[in-house]
Amino acid sequence: MTARTYEPYEGAKLERLEADAAAILARYPEHPRSGLLPLLHLVQSEDGFVSPDGIAFCARVLGLTTAEVSAVATFYTQFKRKPNGTYTVGVCTNTLCAIMGGDAIFDELAEHLGIGHDETTPDGAITLERIECNAACDYAPVMMVNWEFFDEQTPDSARDVVDRLRAGDTGLAAGRDSSVDTPTQPPSGGTADTKTRRKPSEEA
Amino acid sequence: MATTLTPVLTDRWDASRSWTLDAYRKAGGYSALRTALAMDPADVLAAVKDSGLRGRGGAGFPTGMKWGFLPPPDGGPRYLVVNADESEPGTCKDIPLMMADPHLLIEGAIITSYAIGCHHAFIYLRGEVVHVYRRLLAAVAEAREAGLLGPDVAGSGYDLEITVHAGAGAYICGEETALLDSLEGRRGQPRLKPPFPAVAGLYGRPTVVNNVETIASVPSVVANGADWFRSMGTERSSGFGIFSLSGHVTRPGQYEAPLGITLRELLDMAGGIREGHELKFWTPGGSSTPLFTAEHLDVPLDYESVGAAGSMLGTRALQIFDETTCVVRAVSRWIDFYAHESCGKCTPCREGTYWMKLIYHRLEAGEGTQEDLATLLDVCDNILGRAFCALGDGATSPVTSSLKYFRDEYEAHVTGGGCPFDPVAAARFAYTPKGLVHA
Repeated sequence: MTARTYEPYEGAKLERLEADAAAILARYPEHPRSGLLPLLHLVQSEDGFVSPDGIAFCARVLGLTTAEVSAVATFYTQFKRKPNGTYTVGVCTNTLCAIMGGDAIFDELAEHLGIGHDETTPDGAITLERIECNAACDYAPVMMVNWEFFDEQTPDSARDVVDRLRAGDTGLAAGRDSSVDTPTQPPSGGTADTKTRRKPSEEA
Repeated sequence: MATTLTPVLTDRWDASRSWTLDAYRKAGGYSALRTALAMDPADVLAAVKDSGLRGRGGAGFPTGMKWGFLPPPDGGPRYLVVNADESEPGTCKDIPLMMADPHLLIEGAIITSYAIGCHHAFIYLRGEVVHVYRRLLAAVAEAREAGLLGPDVAGSGYDLEITVHAGAGAYICGEETALLDSLEGRRGQPRLKPPFPAVAGLYGRPTVVNNVETIASVPSVVANGADWFRSMGTERSSGFGIFSLSGHVTRPGQYEAPLGITLRELLDMAGGIREGHELKFWTPGGSSTPLFTAEHLDVPLDYESVGAAGSMLGTRALQIFDETTCVVRAVSRWIDFYAHESCGKCTPCREGTYWMKLIYHRLEAGEGTQEDLATLLDVCDNILGRAFCALGDGATSPVTSSLKYFRDEYEAHVTGGGCPFDPVAAARFAYTPKGLVHA
């Protein structure tokens, strides 16, 4: 099998991916390889992880070998090499959040779900991850569900979130195909608009 | 006279639908762009140089001088790359800025691009903040629709495209040359310097890489002039900056103030350390800057004063910890982070952070020895100044500074068979520990 002859996708899925890939490459005139990270986000949004098919697709689109694409994909934490659950729940356990309670939240979820870091519940609903600092330290401890931010969490609030997710409460966070963009997606303000955040500059 | 807040970058954050083009224009947005487009590009550069604006991403390099390092135009492309890969632990200023006021960044990027002769600028955003990515895409689309981007920027005949690019989770990509490799579709590993990006940057072409807050400061410099900018801050650290207060403080958040303000003044504004507790240690500029303690409450937070006191202003990420916090636990977790984020290119950083991580885990488990403490300092000595980029150097900062100020606490972990602190006391809620091992 070589990257040039193997066609990983077919039908409507292939057409959609081809159109999205073309829109990505148009953003990097004369330098298509700059589109590799966006392409990896794209195939991950389709398959739920960077699958062998996704690697082959990126390689074909860019004229790279699958080894070259894999070398890049494996460098970045966000690119998953195996399918995650429907919801990836990340608890920040970098120092500030950990001390403010992130460790306790992670422990609560690990015990409640019966899984550890980078593991998925048997029903395929939740993957639990420790994550690094995500630049929301003034709202510590923070948790993310498919990169939707949940501020100032407690063990109780976090357990409530995962219980509602497992019960199918989709109003809480978007499904996994929201992981970064498909370029055909209309740019929107994002769901974070609905959050009410303090304005510290006013408080002083 | 007590220092007061100087909201410039954060001024519009409380406006209704502040992120829209309408709201930005109502507040006077894009008027600096018209001023700049009527100027000679060299005069725009001179204004920024005269303002004394220094890079807000951590290193503090003079911005105008950085732009001035680009070689004379040779007819080929030149690039502006905005570093929006905000990942330094404790740093949380660029994300809310782009969320609340994306057009400020776009206006700054257009003015900067005009000044340096760039026709395709990039904003490299960390991949995790999907909501910010969408917001930037929407703002760029709005600006293009309004004729502020594209073939004829605001009717000036100048053409510019801005591409928003999402990374994929790698702290190292905040290092400017690693960022460029990543933007070229490669593993994000730093490049040998020289050549510096000004000479051979993106696609081997002259490139300016600046932090979000730096670029967002440019419109106000153009609109109000260098003297106005210099009226704030200190002589060598002019202007204002966002100070991010987090941790054991009553009102954490973003406080925009003149450089040179002190933590004591910032804490007064933030309601002090959480009730019933006292300051133990803090980072002046993220986890890569040596720790300060209560004895540094009155150090002016400008580049020179913080440096003279033994640390670095960094990104003004003030992570604040009270007396309930175990410094060994804090540093241990930071070292986990550096070991995870080391790109693996150079041996001192890759191996050094790995071995330090093992030592910290031993200390926390009550299995550390006095020799381990000496080994930590020895490993730091072998990383600092010998690593390929600043990531390795940064990893040594919390280690050496915490050993300097809190050696007793390390020794208590050795002699007492583990951590003498109760993690529940440091958390912001009450809970019953489950006794799981964090490794």
